[in-house]
Amino acid sequence: MVSDPRPFPPGEYPAIVVGSGPGGLQASYGLRRHGVAHAVLSADPAPGGMFRKWPFFQRLLSWTKPYAPEAHTSREYQRFDWNSLIADEPELRSLQAEFLDGTSYFPSRQEMEANLAAFADRAGIEVRYECTWERTRRVEGADGTTFVLETTDGEYRTRILILAVGVAQPLMPSPPGIELARHYAETREAPSYAGKRLFIIGKQNSGFELASGLASWASQIVLSSPSPAKLSVVTNSLVGVRARYVQPFEDNFLGLGVSILNASTDGIARAGDGYRVDLRRTDNGMPMSVAADEVIAATGFTCPLQDLPALGVTTFGRSGLPAVTPMWESVSVPGIYFAGTISQAAPGLRKHGIPANSGAVHGHRYNSLIMTRHIAETHFGVEDARPQVAERDVLGYLLREATCAPELWHQKAYLARVVSVSGDDGIRDEGILPLVHALDTLERDVIAMTVEADGTGGIFPVIYVRHGGRVEEHALPGHPMRDFATTEHREAAASAISAVLPSFART
Amino acid sequence: MATREEIADILAGFTLFGDLQTPQLLSVAGVFEEVFFPDGERILRQGLTGSGFYVILEGGADVIVDGTKRSTLQRGDFFGEVSILLGEPPTADVVATTALRCLVLAGPAVQGFLESHPKVMYRMLQAQARRLRNANRWRS
Repeated sequence: MVSDPRPFPPGEYPAIVVGSGPGGLQASYGLRRHGVAHAVLSADPAPGGMFRKWPFFQRLLSWTKPYAPEAHTSREYQRFDWNSLIADEPELRSLQAEFLDGTSYFPSRQEMEANLAAFADRAGIEVRYECTWERTRRVEGADGTTFVLETTDGEYRTRILILAVGVAQPLMPSPPGIELARHYAETREAPSYAGKRLFIIGKQNSGFELASGLASWASQIVLSSPSPAKLSVVTNSLVGVRARYVQPFEDNFLGLGVSILNASTDGIARAGDGYRVDLRRTDNGMPMSVAADEVIAATGFTCPLQDLPALGVTTFGRSGLPAVTPMWESVSVPGIYFAGTISQAAPGLRKHGIPANSGAVHGHRYNSLIMTRHIAETHFGVEDARPQVAERDVLGYLLREATCAPELWHQKAYLARVVSVSGDDGIRDEGILPLVHALDTLERDVIAMTVEADGTGGIFPVIYVRHGGRVEEHALPGHPMRDFATTEHREAAASAISAVLPSFART
Repeated sequence: MATREEIADILAGFTLFGDLQTPQLLSVAGVFEEVFFPDGERILRQGLTGSGFYVILEGGADVIVDGTKRSTLQRGDFFGEVSILLGEPPTADVVATTALRCLVLAGPAVQGFLESHPKVMYRMLQAQARRLRNANRWRS
C-alpha cells in the first residue's frame, strides 16, 4: 500500500488554516514567518482559490503595472501591483509581473492563477489539497476551547482556526420562480448565449461583467435591481461598478441593446420557449414584464462558513460575513480568525463611506500579515520587534510612509503606520496596524499615520494622535503629485504630533 | 444574516420609512448596508470626520458626550445625521450597549438619498423637531 504523500495528516496542530486561495497562502506565509507551526487544508486540488474559476470573462478588476517608478523587489512597488502576495524574500516579491504577456495590465484569470501557484510553489507553502472541511465541533477543556474539524480525510484538532474560504457560495434571491434562473456561478461559455435575450438580476460588478462579456453574443441584455447602480468613477472610489464595465451604461443611454432598470423582481414564469420576468418599478411602483430566453441571478455570494453559526459564530449582512474584531477574530467565538476576502468583515471606520479594500488581494494580503503577527504574539508568545525610533526621525519617517507605504495607499483610513510613545522607553514603531485597533487598544500614547480619501477625488494624509485617552484627528494637505513630504506637510505634521512629542512644538 | 426582503420588512415597521411602498423599501435595503457592532464598540466617534448615517435594526446604544451618557438609542432609532447635515464631526460618541445591527448610509450619499425620498426627509424633520422641543423643555 502506497502511503498518502500529502502533508498534514489528521491530528492536532497548533493552528490550522483552511483555504488555498490568496488569503490562505498569505496567512500560511505569515504564520511561518513567526515560527507558528500549522496545517493548511483545502478542498481544491491546487492553489488559487476563486481565481481557479472566476472571473468568467475578460480579466481581473485589479491591475499590475510591469513598468513602474519603483523596482519590482521594493516594498514601494506594491502600490503598482495589486495582485502579488507579500514576502520578505526579494525572489518571492511581485510575482504577477512575470506572468503578464503585455496585452493588458489587468491579468487574465489564468495569469492570476499562475501568479498564486508560483508563490505557493516558490515559497514552499505546503497544503493538504482535496481535503474538505465538512463539520465542526467545539470541545471545552480546562485550558480553553479546542476546535475539531471533521474533514473528508478525518479529524483535525486545533486551538487556533484561520478560515480563508472566500465569499464564494452563490447567493440566490427569493422571488417566486427563481429556480428558473441560473446563478452567475453557473454561467456557460459565451457562444451558448448567441442570439438570446438575457435578463440579469443584479447591478453589481458581476452583473456588468456578464453584460460586457456577453454583449457580442446576446441579442438583448436587461439588468435590473431595486436600487440604482453606482459607478466607481462617480463615487471616486472602488465603490460601485468599476470603470472596466461602463460600456453597458453607455449602451443603455444610447438605447442600443442594453437596458438598465430600477425595479424589484416579483417573479419569474415560463412563457412559450422562454420566460416572463415580472417587475415592479422602484420610482412609481407600477408593474411591468420583460420577456427573456435566459435569466441570470448576479446577486452575489455568501461565506461558506458551514456549521459555524450553529457553533456561535455571529454573522451579519446579505453575505453572511462573520462579526469580527479589528484583528479579524470572531467576536462571539474567540480563537476563530478570518483571512482573505472574508477579512472585509472588519469594516474599520469607513470614513466618508469609502470601504477598505479588504475584499480584494491588494487589501487583504496586508490584513493577513498583521493578523498572523497578532496571533503569534497573543497565542504563541512570539514577540515581534518594536524598533525604537529617534525623536528627530519621527516626522520624516511618518511623512515618507504617507507618501510611499503600500499598506496605507491600498487600505486608506483602515491601516496605519503606528508609533507609540511612553515616558518609560521612548518612541516605538508598532508597525502597520488597523487604525481602529491602534486607537482603541494600545495602552500607550499613539501617533497613527493614514492616507485617506473623502469621495471628492482628493487624497491626503491624516495623523491621529491619542494622548491621555483622547483622540484628535489632523488632516494634512493634499498634493497634486501625492508628495506628502513637503515643507508644508512637515509643518502641519509637527504641529499635530506636538501634543505627545512637545519638542516638535518649536519646529 | 438577512435578505434584502427581510430588511425591507423591518424598515416597513420604522416610522422613518413608514411612508414608503415595497419597491422603495427594497431599494432602500439595497442602498444602505448592514453593519454589526459588538457590545462596547464605538460606532460614532466624537470629533472624527467622515462618519455615516445609521438606523438601528436590532440592539441598543448609548450617546456619550465627553464621557457622560446623554441618552440611549434602540431599534428603529437613527443617528449620525446631524453631523452630516452640518458638515461637522459628531459631537458625541455612540457606543453599542448590546450586540448591535444597523443599516448605514455613507455621509456623502445622505443628501442625494433624502432629496430622492422626500417622505423620509419629512419624517426625519419631524423627529428633529421632537428632539428640539424636548431639548427646549429641559431648558425651560
